[in-house]
Amino acid sequence: MAKRVELDSLSCFYGKFRAVDDVSMTIEPKSVTAFIGPSGCGKSTVLRSLNRMHEVTPGARVEGRVLLDEEDIYAPDVDAVNVRRTIGMVFQRPNPFPTMSIFDNVASGLRLNGVRNKAVLEESVERSLRGANLWEEVKDRLKKPGAGLSGGQQQRLCIARAIAVQPAVLLMDEPCSALDPISTLAIEDLINELKDEFTIIIVTHNMQQATRVSDVTAFFTIAGTGQPGKLIEMDTTSKIFSNPGEKRTEDYVTGRFG
Amino acid sequence: MTAATLDQGTQAGLSTRRLSRWTLLGVLVADVLVSLGLFAVTPLQGRADFGVFVLLVYLALQTMLSISVEGRRKAVDRFVLAVVVGSFVVALLPLASILVYTSVHGAKRFDTTFFTHSMRNVGPNDPGGGAYHAIIGTLEQLALTTVIAVPLGLLVAIYLTEYARGRFGRFVSFFVDVMTGIPSIVAGLFIYALWIQTLKLGYSGFAGSLALVVIMLPTVIRSSEEMLKLVPPSLREAGLALGMTKSKVVLRIVMPTALPGIVTGVMLAMSRVAGETAPLLLTLFGIDQIVNDPFHGPQEALPLFIFNEISRPSPEAYDRAWTAALTLIIIVMVFNLLARLFVRFASRNRGSARA
Amino acid sequence: MTSTAPAAPGRSRLLQERRTVPDRGFRVLVIAAAYVVLAILAGIAIFLVLKAVPALHKDTANFFTTFAWNPDNTPAQFGIGVLAYGTLVTALLALVIAIPVALGVALFIAYYAPRALAQPLGYLVDLLAAVPSIVYGFWGLLFLRPYSAGLQTWVARYFSWTHVLGTSTGTVGQSFFLAGTVLAVMILPIVAAISREIFLQVPQTQREAALALGATKWEMIKWSALPYARSGIASAAVLGFGRALGETIAVAIVLSTNYELVSKLLSPGGNTIAANIALTYSDAGQVGTGALIASGLVLFVITLVVNLVARAIARQSTPAGSVV
Repeated sequence: MAKRVELDSLSCFYGKFRAVDDVSMTIEPKSVTAFIGPSGCGKSTVLRSLNRMHEVTPGARVEGRVLLDEEDIYAPDVDAVNVRRTIGMVFQRPNPFPTMSIFDNVASGLRLNGVRNKAVLEESVERSLRGANLWEEVKDRLKKPGAGLSGGQQQRLCIARAIAVQPAVLLMDEPCSALDPISTLAIEDLINELKDEFTIIIVTHNMQQATRVSDVTAFFTIAGTGQPGKLIEMDTTSKIFSNPGEKRTEDYVTGRFG
Repeated sequence: MTAATLDQGTQAGLSTRRLSRWTLLGVLVADVLVSLGLFAVTPLQGRADFGVFVLLVYLALQTMLSISVEGRRKAVDRFVLAVVVGSFVVALLPLASILVYTSVHGAKRFDTTFFTHSMRNVGPNDPGGGAYHAIIGTLEQLALTTVIAVPLGLLVAIYLTEYARGRFGRFVSFFVDVMTGIPSIVAGLFIYALWIQTLKLGYSGFAGSLALVVIMLPTVIRSSEEMLKLVPPSLREAGLALGMTKSKVVLRIVMPTALPGIVTGVMLAMSRVAGETAPLLLTLFGIDQIVNDPFHGPQEALPLFIFNEISRPSPEAYDRAWTAALTLIIIVMVFNLLARLFVRFASRNRGSARA
Repeated sequence: MTSTAPAAPGRSRLLQERRTVPDRGFRVLVIAAAYVVLAILAGIAIFLVLKAVPALHKDTANFFTTFAWNPDNTPAQFGIGVLAYGTLVTALLALVIAIPVALGVALFIAYYAPRALAQPLGYLVDLLAAVPSIVYGFWGLLFLRPYSAGLQTWVARYFSWTHVLGTSTGTVGQSFFLAGTVLAVMILPIVAAISREIFLQVPQTQREAALALGATKWEMIKWSALPYARSGIASAAVLGFGRALGETIAVAIVLSTNYELVSKLLSPGGNTIAANIALTYSDAGQVGTGALIASGLVLFVITLVVNLVARAIARQSTPAGSVV
């Protein structure tokens, strides 16, 4: 069940430092949105505040609202654990649980939610691994440790783990930056397939990747070190890369800056 | 598609019922009342037991409430949180009670007589008397131990980080590990068997120091080794590229860079050794009067003084023992605190130098 | 330097000068220091054996199986059995009490405490390690014994059916239980400190992997931290066990020693190798001293084995930057 994500005047802080200032945007369900911008512009911080992973860093907090189909994930009676179960995340570096088998890695989220039935688990694991285009490669060694896979396979394993719990939104924080070109291609193909089911938000440094995978692109930047990051503009990917509304966006996407 | 079972969580919405702080405070109050009740009707008694019970009853009440309101997962999470915080408090209780108890009882004889007089001609039940002779002994033995163990330990650490190669290096490193695990009483037995029984050199402060060296040496080696390892290889290469000999590189570049850390390690080792009793028991013999010469004849030390006073069941002796314990804690803590402050100071200085 | 590569006549002399007398002297000095360490260890083994053997020859009983300690009787009769038993029981008891608390402390400081407070709080726990053991003994005897008497009596009354948690004299007090508790407090800081360092080393990516799936804090610890830290914790525990085995003076003070095989932990009595040495060496005769040295040798071997086990566990799979 893909859902709409709406940011309402979201600001992110590390202690007293305002890392991101006043971001508002709407992300439609079953679309791929790319966050681009120079290093330190706060795009990863915004992404991490969408499933309340930002606050895991000591001293980090946010102001403003993030609405998931009208429901504020920062409302006082909302438990971050529930938010993270509903909004999945894939990280920069593949991080499968090293002591768990491939099967257990994918099943981990389901087990957290109390699914014990073996048949249900097996079915979900297969479906998720197929969804992550990994099933054919690992179906004969599901009991082997996930750490034995290649980097690209590990990252697809992490995607399978994230989609196994059927999240409403899937966040991807530079998911290909640690991968070789072939694995990157595999992940990009996968993103195109996954958007039929999930709302996807991806942070990327690679502008070609943004044009290849995303429907909508949001450009962030900072005025200088110590300044907060800001959302400059957000539009369809083709518009951002061909005819952006802002000069700063144009400078960035044409490589004149950043 | 098993979406029906899986989606339950997703569809249920994000908000959950949670226990508020006030509810938990209420649980605590109920807990104390229940525990008080239990203490009134059963043979339970004592403050320590009461603490244990309050904790256990709190855990039980909170878990039951949390399961019914928030569900099993949250209840387990809360349970672990309470256990973790509880164990931290439990761990600090001995420290607090030792410091308070020793200070309160030790204050009684924390007077000039105590620090200027020995126990010469003072009987077990007599008031007065002091630990001057024991303090002198402890400080002299500590100094001797440090003078022997630190240079030796440093050289071994330099050997292990800068010179050790292949099997012999690993061999030495292995035996340093073995030495780390030697019980202090065994170190005392060794010096007793060697120095007193075989060489017939007699009990003395120096014999005690030798036993303490066995305890202190591996600590100094390990901590210095860690510090020397932290010196970046590029610094060594820079020195060698300038045409310095290896010994000069070690003494002029590596050692000064690692020095603050080494000093800290040495002070921590001193604070550990200062409180050792068992090795001294077999090597000092102990004596009631002031002996300034640590090389000839029996000497006293603070830990030994405490041990002897405890074995005299009189209030006066106990008071002296408490004050001696307080003095010993102060000496040990001073070394310990100095070591920590030194780390802060040195790292701050270095930080600014780098920036 | 390399630009002058063509064999200039002065070059080889220059290189040789670099291995000058002080440089070689320093090298010899550090290697000699390494030999001193080996010599000390060899000395410990040799002298303990040398002094123990004559006494063992006089022993008319089996040293390893006899549960009695009368070395200065004629004929001498002594065995390590009862002492080794007490040593292991008190150390095990200490471990059982200390491990859960130490893990709780380590988890608290690594994951639960506010970041600004974590370091000072960790330091407070480390201070426990700075309290001299004689003070622990004194505190155990005069504070912990009376204050825990109620709990001990209560346990003895309702749990004596377990046999182990009972008392044979009807009283509680200077028992294995008390000694084990004092030892637990003494080994707590080392176990807590090592575990804490290992928990702090768990990669952030691992912790976030669990949290991002919707794990609670405890589930994160169970899945990411504990598997990663398992061998480090095990080695810390074994190291703590080694410390408890060798602790002398605190046990000597809190235990009211005898040479009986005490199987009820709340009963006053029992003995350990180290405490027995400390308490009886001054009254021991010729054979008695040798017998004590023999017992010290056994203690040395036991702690040696324990520490080697700890080392092996730590080597086996502790992640990079082992703190042990």
